[in-house]
Amino acid sequence: MAQPLVKKDDDRDDEADYSPFLGIEKGAVLQEARVFNDPQLDPRRCSQVITKLLYLLNQGETFTKVEATEVFFAVTKLFQSKDIGLRRMVYVMIKELSPSADEVIIVTSSLMKDMTSKTDMYRANAIRVLCRITDGTLLTQIERYLKQAIVDKNPVVASAALVSGIHLLQTNPEIVKRWSNEVQEAVQSRAALVQFHALALLHQIRQNDRLAVNKLVSSLTKGSVRSPLAQCLLIRYTSQVIRESANNNQAGDRPFYDFLEGCLRHKAEMVIFEAARAITELNGVTSRELTPAITVLQLFLSSSKPVLRFAAVRTLNKVAMTHPMAVTNCNIDMESLISDQNRSIATLAITTLLKTGNESSVDRLMKQITNFMSDIADEFKIVVVEAIRSLCLKFPLKHRSLMNFLSNILREEGGFEYKKAIVDSIVILIRDIPEAKESGLLHLCEFIEDCEFTYLSTQILHFLGIEGPKTSDPSKYIRYIYNRVHLENATVRAGAVSTLAKFGAMVDTLKPRVFVLLRRCLFDNDDEVRDRATLYLNTLGGDGAVVETGEDVKEFLFGSLDIPLVNLENSLKNYEPSEEAFDINSVPKEVKTQPLAEKKAPGKKPTGLGAPPAGPPSTVDAYEKLLLSIPEFANFGKLFKSSAPVELTEAETEYAVNVVKHIFDGHVVFQYNCTNTIPEQLLENVTVIVDASEAEEFAEVASKPLRSLPYDSPGQTFVAFEKPEGVPAIGKFSNMLRFIVKEVDPSTGEAEDDGVEDEYQLEELEVVAADYMLKVGVSNFRNAWETMDADCERVDEYGLGPRESLAEAVNAVINLLGMQPCEGTEVVPNNSRSHTCLLSGVYIGNVKVLVRLQFGLDGPKDVAMKLAVRSEDEAVSDAIHEIVASG
Amino acid sequence: MELCPLIKNILLLDSEGKRIAVKYYSDDWPTNSAKEAFEKAVFAKTQKTNARTDAEITMFDNYVVVYKFVQDLHFFVTGGENENEIILAAVLQGFFDAVGLLLRGTVDKKEALENLDLILLCLDEIVDGGIILETDANVIAGKVASHSMDAGAPLSEQTITQALATAREHLTRSLLK
Repeated sequence: MAQPLVKKDDDRDDEADYSPFLGIEKGAVLQEARVFNDPQLDPRRCSQVITKLLYLLNQGETFTKVEATEVFFAVTKLFQSKDIGLRRMVYVMIKELSPSADEVIIVTSSLMKDMTSKTDMYRANAIRVLCRITDGTLLTQIERYLKQAIVDKNPVVASAALVSGIHLLQTNPEIVKRWSNEVQEAVQSRAALVQFHALALLHQIRQNDRLAVNKLVSSLTKGSVRSPLAQCLLIRYTSQVIRESANNNQAGDRPFYDFLEGCLRHKAEMVIFEAARAITELNGVTSRELTPAITVLQLFLSSSKPVLRFAAVRTLNKVAMTHPMAVTNCNIDMESLISDQNRSIATLAITTLLKTGNESSVDRLMKQITNFMSDIADEFKIVVVEAIRSLCLKFPLKHRSLMNFLSNILREEGGFEYKKAIVDSIVILIRDIPEAKESGLLHLCEFIEDCEFTYLSTQILHFLGIEGPKTSDPSKYIRYIYNRVHLENATVRAGAVSTLAKFGAMVDTLKPRVFVLLRRCLFDNDDEVRDRATLYLNTLGGDGAVVETGEDVKEFLFGSLDIPLVNLENSLKNYEPSEEAFDINSVPKEVKTQPLAEKKAPGKKPTGLGAPPAGPPSTVDAYEKLLLSIPEFANFGKLFKSSAPVELTEAETEYAVNVVKHIFDGHVVFQYNCTNTIPEQLLENVTVIVDASEAEEFAEVASKPLRSLPYDSPGQTFVAFEKPEGVPAIGKFSNMLRFIVKEVDPSTGEAEDDGVEDEYQLEELEVVAADYMLKVGVSNFRNAWETMDADCERVDEYGLGPRESLAEAVNAVINLLGMQPCEGTEVVPNNSRSHTCLLSGVYIGNVKVLVRLQFGLDGPKDVAMKLAVRSEDEAVSDAIHEIVASG
Repeated sequence: MELCPLIKNILLLDSEGKRIAVKYYSDDWPTNSAKEAFEKAVFAKTQKTNARTDAEITMFDNYVVVYKFVQDLHFFVTGGENENEIILAAVLQGFFDAVGLLLRGTVDKKEALENLDLILLCLDEIVDGGIILETDANVIAGKVASHSMDAGAPLSEQTITQALATAREHLTRSLLK
């Protein structure tokens, strides 16, 4: 195995001569493919030609449509040959060519013949090929054979059919679902992999039926699974079941935990690890549950196999985020991994130690890390920097040594991402640890003295402008900032000018000196720098008189732009220069939902510089602001409640629309958030036509259309209804999206002039009683209940009929009322036969409401409920009863 | 989390990072250039490590990659970031050992290219559309080689005569080229 590396180098010169594919050329190979048409087939020759074709495809060569069709037809001729090896290559080739529907017909009969052949190898492969290229219609023809194949005694054939079934389930679910009896039988197969494939398919067929999955897991965990892979699957299904039943189980033993723990003693490492990982990921896992899993992972840490060490340390790293104490037992093993050959393992070990370490071990660890930092790649360093940041937040007293460490590595060589991570960390530390502020700011100042990244320089200058003036001696930063004006490129110079202005605005004593510096900037050779300097001199009153800085000036300098920059950018791109000036108020304020890619990185903390200094305003405030800015709705009064968005379209449709219900005292406004997901279309004049015939008390009063809805940039249209003042009117509304659609040329992005009017049916929307209820909790329910007038109490009993469980019934009533559960009473202990739930809320008209619900099981499944309501108004108490009675 | 273990790709590269045989089972790399970029990145990242006795492992771009080298051949198996590393390693080991059996111990680039048909069939037998078909090297190699001898018998159980016959066949094949 361990041949000396030198030999390889010696061989390299003549290595090229060895390659059987040297100088291979597509045209020539396609010519060669003509041998497929010979009346006397030479299997070996044909095999070689196919290999060459596959080699070309594998190297990234593509065939034109014509070439592919030609090759495909030639290859189909080879079914005449009885040579097994050649047939194998033919199968692979057909899969690679992925023929079109009309071509598929040519090979269908040959493949169907092979599918019923006596040779197992033919059967297995023909099934895989046929299922790969087939469509729904053909599938019904071969369904019978596939069902037989699933229970074939040859494991290869059975596996082929099962795996094909898994793929087909995506495209033809209704057909595959009919096979579940056969699949069920295959789960009992003696062949390990058949069992694995059958289990995977069976679960996918039933995945939407929680009860069936539950049953499947309960029966299989009793121990009839042989294959390690199938066992891993079963562990995953089990943790899913545990997760989904978690809501109902607060106390008592976790179901199936014993099974998971038992798997820790399995003989296959992959099963042990899967089980250990599953245990660490359990919701609200207790330390008693964790211990056995940590123990096996600890054993893996000292394994000779890098893969095991990596898997273990990665899992422990995750555990350390939530249960640092549970991992401390592994610290000694972990420390020896710092010198691991595999740097991924070493980095994970370091960051785990940083998370589990205590205050006294910080200094020792930092020493070890300093040696380690020099020989790892930037991406690992970033991980370490982030770990040090969280360590520093955990032990603020250690900020001096940690901050020193950060500033030291900031001075060393490194790429942009790495430097950004360090700067971000310092910024966060400055924000969260007041004592670290002055030293941190100085470190940043020193860094921009010699920083090659414009982006970082400007960001730091911006940050200095906000934090610098608040320090004890702001004047010492001026020199660093003004140096930038001398030495940097225009972007940084402009940033420095803004920062200077901020110091001038906040610190009156510095004002005259700042004016002198700003005036010097008026001679800069860059427009932007000069413009900024002029602007600031004027706004700050730089004509000599030192005046108090006005509030609006401060707002102008420090206020944040409340419009998402992406939307502003889009609007500016769409704006065509004309008489009409660009109106910043027309920019949509709705933030686009995060693209999927960003969701992939969960738990990422908001980075220092990018994050806004203050938390974002709460959604209600944002909605209120938005609605007030629309003149038609301005006189509706105070917004009572905005619902969570309700989706009106299925996921992944052409147009995605959700609606937010805004409830006012005498009005209801529907805010339709629309997104156009078709790049080739521009929608204009978008409105929603609402049919309120099933909502008698509502009358439409206004509708605000959306002028234009370009691809992937969300916009809103509104419809407002009048309703009787203070009355919780309910009703059903059907919605139709109406718009003018214009084709967009994807290459230029320009829309055609003519559009076509079109409509798109949306789902129905309901205004329910819960929409008139605000979730407002009370701290002491009993006190609140006692102080409420007992005369306004209304009590009644209801039968809720058969329910899945007590918890399910409790949840249903809470959702129906839309009230805030108090004192954790929404949680129903496992196996209890009765339960009391306390709710509080504010009903429209600002009426405080308290509800006491008593549930009891009546017979095996029937749930009975006693509802007691107290409120400040007896009419409201009656209304609550009405809601329950009609729900 | 994806419930069924899925393989994103299997790569066999040479000592300069060039393709010998690769197979992608995921749409994460829609174009050939995206694939090449991935291969280049994987190769650059793993090149300096010593993955000759035990399979090594690394993580980047939210993928877990397990790999093993022999002579001038580099074997890689890629999975999603939440995949069980040990399952990926089992697939890698199956591929690696099956190639070893099929190439009869002489595992290097030259031999691999000369028997590219066997390597491609081997890939075809390990994973189907991302789903693991088989991880036992003997079974994989047995399925691939089944045409040159009695069907089904694992390669390691061949008799000496059979082995000699196939060896002779290989020899004549390369001589005739």
